[in-house]
Order: sequence, then structure tokens, then C-alpha cells
Amino acid sequence: MLLTLHRALWSYRGFVLGSVKREFQARYRNSLFGALWTVLNPLSMILVYTVIFSHIMRARLPGVDDGMAYSVYLCAGLLTWGLFAEITTRSQGMFLENANLLKKISFPRICLPVIVLFNAGINFAIILGLFLGFLLITGRWPGMTLLALVPLLALQVMFAAGLGMLLGILNVFFRDVGQLFGICLQFWFWLTPIVYPMTILPPSIQQLLALNPMTALMQSYQNLFLYNQWPVWSSLTPLLVIGLLMCVTGLRMFRRRGGEMVDEL
Amino acid sequence: MGHLRVSGLGKAYKQYPNRWSRLFEWLIPFSRPRHQLHWVLQGVDFEIQPGEAVGIVGVNGAGKSTLLKMITGTTQPTCGHIQLRGRVAALLELGMGFHPDFTGRQNAFMAGQLLGMQVEEIEALMPQIEGFAEIGAAIDQPVRTYSSGMQMRLAFSVATARRPDILIVDEALSVGDAYFQHKSFERIRSFRKAGTTLLIVSHDRSAIQSICDTAILLEHGRMAMRGKPEEVMDYYNAMLAQREGQIVRQEMLANGQVRTISGTGEAGIVDVQLLNSQGQPVEVAEIGQPMVLQVRVEIRQDIERLVLGFLIKDRLGQPMYGINTHRQDKAVTDLKAGELITFRFSFDMRLGKGNYSVALSLSRLDSHLDRNFEWRDYGLVFHVINNRQEDFVGCSWLQARTSIQRAALPTAEALTQKELP
Repeated sequence: MLLTLHRALWSYRGFVLGSVKREFQARYRNSLFGALWTVLNPLSMILVYTVIFSHIMRARLPGVDDGMAYSVYLCAGLLTWGLFAEITTRSQGMFLENANLLKKISFPRICLPVIVLFNAGINFAIILGLFLGFLLITGRWPGMTLLALVPLLALQVMFAAGLGMLLGILNVFFRDVGQLFGICLQFWFWLTPIVYPMTILPPSIQQLLALNPMTALMQSYQNLFLYNQWPVWSSLTPLLVIGLLMCVTGLRMFRRRGGEMVDEL
Repeated sequence: MGHLRVSGLGKAYKQYPNRWSRLFEWLIPFSRPRHQLHWVLQGVDFEIQPGEAVGIVGVNGAGKSTLLKMITGTTQPTCGHIQLRGRVAALLELGMGFHPDFTGRQNAFMAGQLLGMQVEEIEALMPQIEGFAEIGAAIDQPVRTYSSGMQMRLAFSVATARRPDILIVDEALSVGDAYFQHKSFERIRSFRKAGTTLLIVSHDRSAIQSICDTAILLEHGRMAMRGKPEEVMDYYNAMLAQREGQIVRQEMLANGQVRTISGTGEAGIVDVQLLNSQGQPVEVAEIGQPMVLQVRVEIRQDIERLVLGFLIKDRLGQPMYGINTHRQDKAVTDLKAGELITFRFSFDMRLGKGNYSVALSLSRLDSHLDRNFEWRDYGLVFHVINNRQEDFVGCSWLQARTSIQRAALPTAEALTQKELP
């Protein structure tokens, strides 16, 4: 099955690449600042959080005490969470949004999630590049530990893609899924130590948060960028298992329900 | 290449009694199916040889679009198989996926990619696409500034840039103005000549008859008939007029043609004759001769109003001339059972040489869709020969009178002299 999917994708590579390019262009067409908006959006969010949490709420990070530390901590979590949120929310709507195309033109459906992944990847690459530049300038370059970013991101994208595929298909049959996931994502964000450090919570709640598979991932990012620490790989096994499970069920569902999906659009 | 075989094809949509039942069906293991199948197409079998042109006809909801969608691959069949060899192109939804903010050229690339083409291929085809669409410099303007006709032109040009092995055309193919319609139809014709298999859905009788080898009639999701376009279209027209209590029957004529008769039968055609100027029935008419078409109708039940119409068709079934007594303000009213009515239409034979048939209809109003007492194809077949007039080409004798003048070209001298005061 993977082979046929791969072959279909390869023969439609022109369409996939073209769509990625066009979607990127379309977003900034008729806007004066173009790609600048990709950066300005997360930047404004970081600014708001830094001001509110770091200065007004006087949240301090244990062990490190300089003004920049909280911003780095925040960026490490917020930017990568942004990638996760973009992939899942875009995947969840991909079949519905392209209903017309799916109903009228015959092309491999697997192109749609791949286009979503590529687009999210491009946006993230721009932001990550800027963040790394910022680290270099402020003298916080993590060095060799940066290599850990590759498996961490791969793990995250795999999890997000699997979850997104499931949501995307379910959303066609049960439109509640899209609404529900929007709410869930809000709670999920605040139940993951992104804006606040885990240590400010009482131990009982800390144990609860540890059950969230995204917690370990976010902590790995934060440790990497803030303390130049390699991730504790064993803590990421739950996420790996869940991610693989998501991908397998997602693809199985895609194969079983893909045809029926068009009838429901 | 271009071979298509459809066997046992069927399509059903799942209907759930309420929104929750699908969820229950998915979540509860080994539960009974909670949906009902709503069949829109069932048991369709046919085979199309490479290079053949097939028309599909049927009323709205007969399953034509579903059939095409399954052949193009957008919808999955519930049962049965489709085997096809060769590249399929479908002219179903032209302009699908055009993005209004991008230029015509960019959109042409995108549409090509959606058909599975690579950038280099489209680049190579681009001059040809531009040339065919004839939208000039607008190709580099955003598509939102295009008229719908221009969008159609571009979309058609991209979709048919490469000759496919199987081409699927929907009736919606009324692309742009008359000029471009002609041009696009010409392109389809040239594909056909080059060996492309054609599958056309249309309500347009002349389109089906002029381009198709066979036609398929779909009725309530089933294949009702497959045969010569002429026969199928006759049957289809009769079916359109079908009302309660109507009968449709087809008879084989001596020459192998099939005559379709339908109607409710309150009035019926007794005989149809073509009479020459001496009042003798003939089968062969001379061009320019005065003729009379005589139709005798018997009234079997009292009817308030009766209109007789006739239509002369050529060998291919194209209409030559048709008129009815409603349009001539000669409808007959208050007819009693047992009456025999004789209609005489006299005219000069102005058709070109060839074979013609006459279709007749007995109805209450202008159209036989309201009440159809009788509809009869091939009510009469006659030949037109040309022994007396000059040998002309075409189906109508316009009897051109020619005058010719000859004179010397005015010399330069004569011209300058004229200009002098």
C-alpha cells in the first residue's frame, strides 16, 4: 500500500510542489509586507507572553536569571507548538476545503496531507531560521546539541501528521470533530508546560501533566535551547509509540474510508 | 489503447436514519449495519472499443454523471469493475481549481499539474495552449479579470492540450461563444479521427447523432437500451413523452430501420402518404416538384383539441423541416370518437438529393410533452432525386439565380481623369 501511495505521489510531484508554491504565494499576494507576516505573528505572541508572564507575573526560571532566558524558554515551546498546531488544524480541514476538487477531478488524495506538511514545514523553517539567528546574536548558540532537533522534529511531525490524518477523515463524516478539536487544542496548549515551567506547579499536578505525551517533547526542546542539554530519549518513547499508532490507523482509515469520503463531501 | 470495459457496475449511497447511527455503526463492534443503501446505478455492463464514440443519454437523475464520475475515478463504485487502458481526460468541470488571483498562465500550469503533467511538459505545450485559447495578452492577467467565456477557453485548451486515449465529455460543454464552440467541437472531432475513444453525455440529439457510433440510454440507474444513436434517441424522445397508460413500441421496418411508436392512443395515425401533383402516392420525389404530404388520423376517443406535427429528417436524423398545425393556427377542436381527419400539407420539394424520413406527432398543444396521443418515427420514408435541376451540393435547394457582368478594369488614366474637376 505504501508503495502505491508513493508511486502516486511521485507521478503527481509536479502538482504537490506547484500547490505548495502557490499556497505560499497566495497567502502573501496583495499584501505589502509579504512573508514578513509569517514572522510578525509569532513574534507578537512571544512579546505578549514575555511581557505578561516574565515581568508582570514575575515568573522566574530556576537556575537561570537573566531577562532573555524566559523569552528563549517561551520560543522553544511556542514555535514548535505552532508547527504542531498548524499541521493538525490544517489537516483536519484539508478534505473538506478541497471538497470540490476531490469530487470533480481524479487525482491521488494522498497529495493533500503531503501539501499540508510541506507548507507547515516551510513556515516553520522561516521562523526557526530567525530564532537560530537570534540565538547566535545573543550568544546562546546551543552547539552540537542542536543535532537533537532533527529526531525531535521528526517525531513531532510524525505524531502531528498521523493525528491530522485521523482528524481530517473523521471531520468529513462527523463535522463536530473540527469544532471539538479546536477546543481540545486550547486546553492541550495550557496543559503542556510551554508558557510556564513545570516546576511552578504542585507535585500532584506535575505527575498529571507528565501523562501528556507532548510534555516530554516540549521539555526536550526547552532543555535543548535553554540549557544545551541532550534530550532524555526514554522519556519520548510514549510519544513515539502513540505517533506510530496514529500513523498506522490514519493510513488504514484513509484506505478504508477514502472512497466513501467523497460520497459525503 | 483507449479500450474501456464496464462490468456489473453499481453505485449506492449509504443513508443513515440519523446522525448518530453512523457513529454507532463505526464504534460498536460486530453491530448490524444501521444504514440503507440507496442505489443510483445498478448492473451496468458495456464495452467500448478503441476509437469508438458512444453517447450516453437519459433524463436528469438517471445516473449519467455518476457513471462518468466512476469512469474518471473520482467516485468509487460500490460493486462491479471498470477496466480501462490508456490515458483518460474528462471535460466535466472546466475551470475547476482556478485561483482567481493568479494569472491565466499560472493557472494553466496548475490545471496541467492537476492532470498529472510535469512542469516541463506544460512548458512545451504552453504555446499551443495559448494559441488555441486565443485570449491574447490576457494570459498574463489574473483570472479574476476574465469573463466566464475566457476562463472556459483557457480551461478547455489546457484539458485538451494532449490527445487522450479516452475523452469524456459532459453536456455542459457549451464553451464560450459560437466560434469557440465550433472550434472545440472540431478539436474533439480531430481527436476522434486520430483514434481517441469518446464518451459523450448530451441531451442534444444532433450532437449525439452526428458524432457517435452508438448510444446508451440510462433509465432509473439501469441500462435501458444500447444501439444506433438514431434508434436510441427516438426511444428516448418517446420515453420523455411517456405518461401513464402510454405504450412505447418499436417495429423493425423492411429496410432494417426501427420505427418507434408511442402515445396514449386517443387519436392514431391511419396512414401517411407523399402525393405528387397528380395526387398519386410516390416514394421518389423530384427536386422542385410540388408535393403533398397527406396524413389521415382516426379519432378513437373524444378529445378537445388536436395538433398534428411532422418533421422531415435526413439519413443521419438531422432535422430538415418541421411544423405543426398549432403554429399554423390550424388546430382542430372538439373532436368526436369515430371521426377521420385528413391533413394535407403542400409544399415544393426543396431538399437536396438523398433519403429522408418523416416523424409525426399527435398532441394537444405545441409540444408532445403535454399530451401525447401518438408519436411515430419513420412514419414515411422517401427519396429525393435530382434529374431536372443543376447538380448542386447540400441539403436545401435555394435555387440561386445567377447574373454575371463582365467589364474591363478601369485604367489608371480613366481614374485620374475622373478625379479632375
